[in-house]
Parts: sequence; C-alpha cells; structure tokens
Amino acid sequence: MSLRSPLGKVLGRGSAKQGVAHWWAQRVSAVALVPLTLWFAFQVVHLPTTDQFAVREWIASGFNPVLLVLLVGTIAWHSALGVQVVLEDYVPNKAVKLTALLATTFIHVVVAVAACYAVLRIAFTTLAQG
Amino acid sequence: MPQRPLSPHLGVYRFAYTMATSIAHRASGIVLSVGLLLLAWWLMAAAGDEAGYALAVTVIGSGFGKWLLAGWLLAFCYHLCNGLRHLNWDLGRGLEKAEARRSATVVIAASLVLALAFAYAAFFAGVPR
Repeated sequence: MSLRSPLGKVLGRGSAKQGVAHWWAQRVSAVALVPLTLWFAFQVVHLPTTDQFAVREWIASGFNPVLLVLLVGTIAWHSALGVQVVLEDYVPNKAVKLTALLATTFIHVVVAVAACYAVLRIAFTTLAQG
Repeated sequence: MPQRPLSPHLGVYRFAYTMATSIAHRASGIVLSVGLLLLAWWLMAAAGDEAGYALAVTVIGSGFGKWLLAGWLLAFCYHLCNGLRHLNWDLGRGLEKAEARRSATVVIAASLVLALAFAYAAFFAGVPR
C-alpha cells in the first residue's frame, strides 16, 4: 500500500516539491566531470606553471579552450548544486539559509563567467598574435 | 510546521566507518568548491599582466600554497573515487552492507594511490618548471 496521493504520484515532485531535476543534474554533471577533471589533472602536472607564456600557449592551443570552458562551467554547476544541498541540510534558520543560497548562486555564476572570460581572452589574443 | 530533525540526523546512529566516507564526501566537495576559486584566480591571472601572475605563482608556490594544493589534490582524488562509488549505487548496485564496506576500503586505498601518483608527477618527477 502506498501512502502517496494519486495527484502526488502523477506530479512526481516528492517531499521537496522540486521533482528529480536537482538529483539528475548532480549526476549528469558528475559523469561529465570524470573525464574533464582527469584530463585537466593529467595536463596540469606536465605544465611549467610558473611560466605565464607557456601557460597561455597551453590554454589557447587546439581544443583546450573548449575543454577548459566546459570544465569550469561544469565544476561551477556541480559545485553550486552540492553546496546548495549542504546549506539546505545544515542551516536551520530560514533567513540565513535563503541568504546563503542566494550568495552561493551568485558567487558560482560570477566565478564561472570570470574564468570562462579569462580562457576566451587568452585564446583570442593568442590567436590574434598568430 | 512542527520542528522535526533534518535529514542527516547524525546523533541517533552508532558510528560505522561507512558514515565517515559519506561525511568525507561532503567535506571534500566543499573543499573542492573553494578550490574552484583558486582555479578561477589562476586563469584570470594568466589572462592578466605579469605582476598579477607573479603574485599568483608566489602565493600558490609558497610552502602554505603547496600544502593547500596537496589538500585539494587529496580532496579531488577522494571525491572522484567516492563519486564513482555513488554513481554505481545510483545504478542500484553494491548497496548491501558488506559490499558498501568493501567499496569504502577500495575507495580510500584508490584515492590515496591516485593522489600519491599525481603528487609524484607534479612535485617530484623531472618536469621542467
């Protein structure tokens, strides 16, 4: 026997009234991050990171700008979803929770846009210089 | 609305080390979220002028910066390995108690090996820098 109402079953939104969109987004971004983060880690350990020109060359070369934008965007997405759940679970005060959730969203969007801008700027200026 | 305890109500359970792997997954996730700020800073500095990049290299390359990097590396390897364990659970596999305990041990060992391998490649192997 199920205690769920017929309407609740049809809507499929559960106790959080949000459905399963958040849960799925967390998994989809997690799967995408497995190859992206491993690619990044394998690349960075072989990069002469103290040399700014070498770093720029690497960022701009080939398919790297695309992968870096995907990496930063997906990390920010996955991170925003994760921090959201932690705040929802551990912050009991509603006003504090709402403020923290807003701040988390804004910070993640700003950081993602800033990092993508940096990657594209390096890619395009390196391209212009030939 | 009645004041009920929120979902991860930790106080009522007897401690099991699979709990620690669960808490560590969240903790490492938060550590990596902070690491995103560092990644963004590094990319912004690379796009900016020489003084800004020199500052980033000095801070990240300092003793304290290297300890932070080592911590982030460990958090990354753990979150990656335990994340795969979670994805496997999401497919409905490995949910029995004995299997979950075994996979916890595998995850801890695998993340340590992975972190040591990356640390060796980044800090000690003959990479020109």
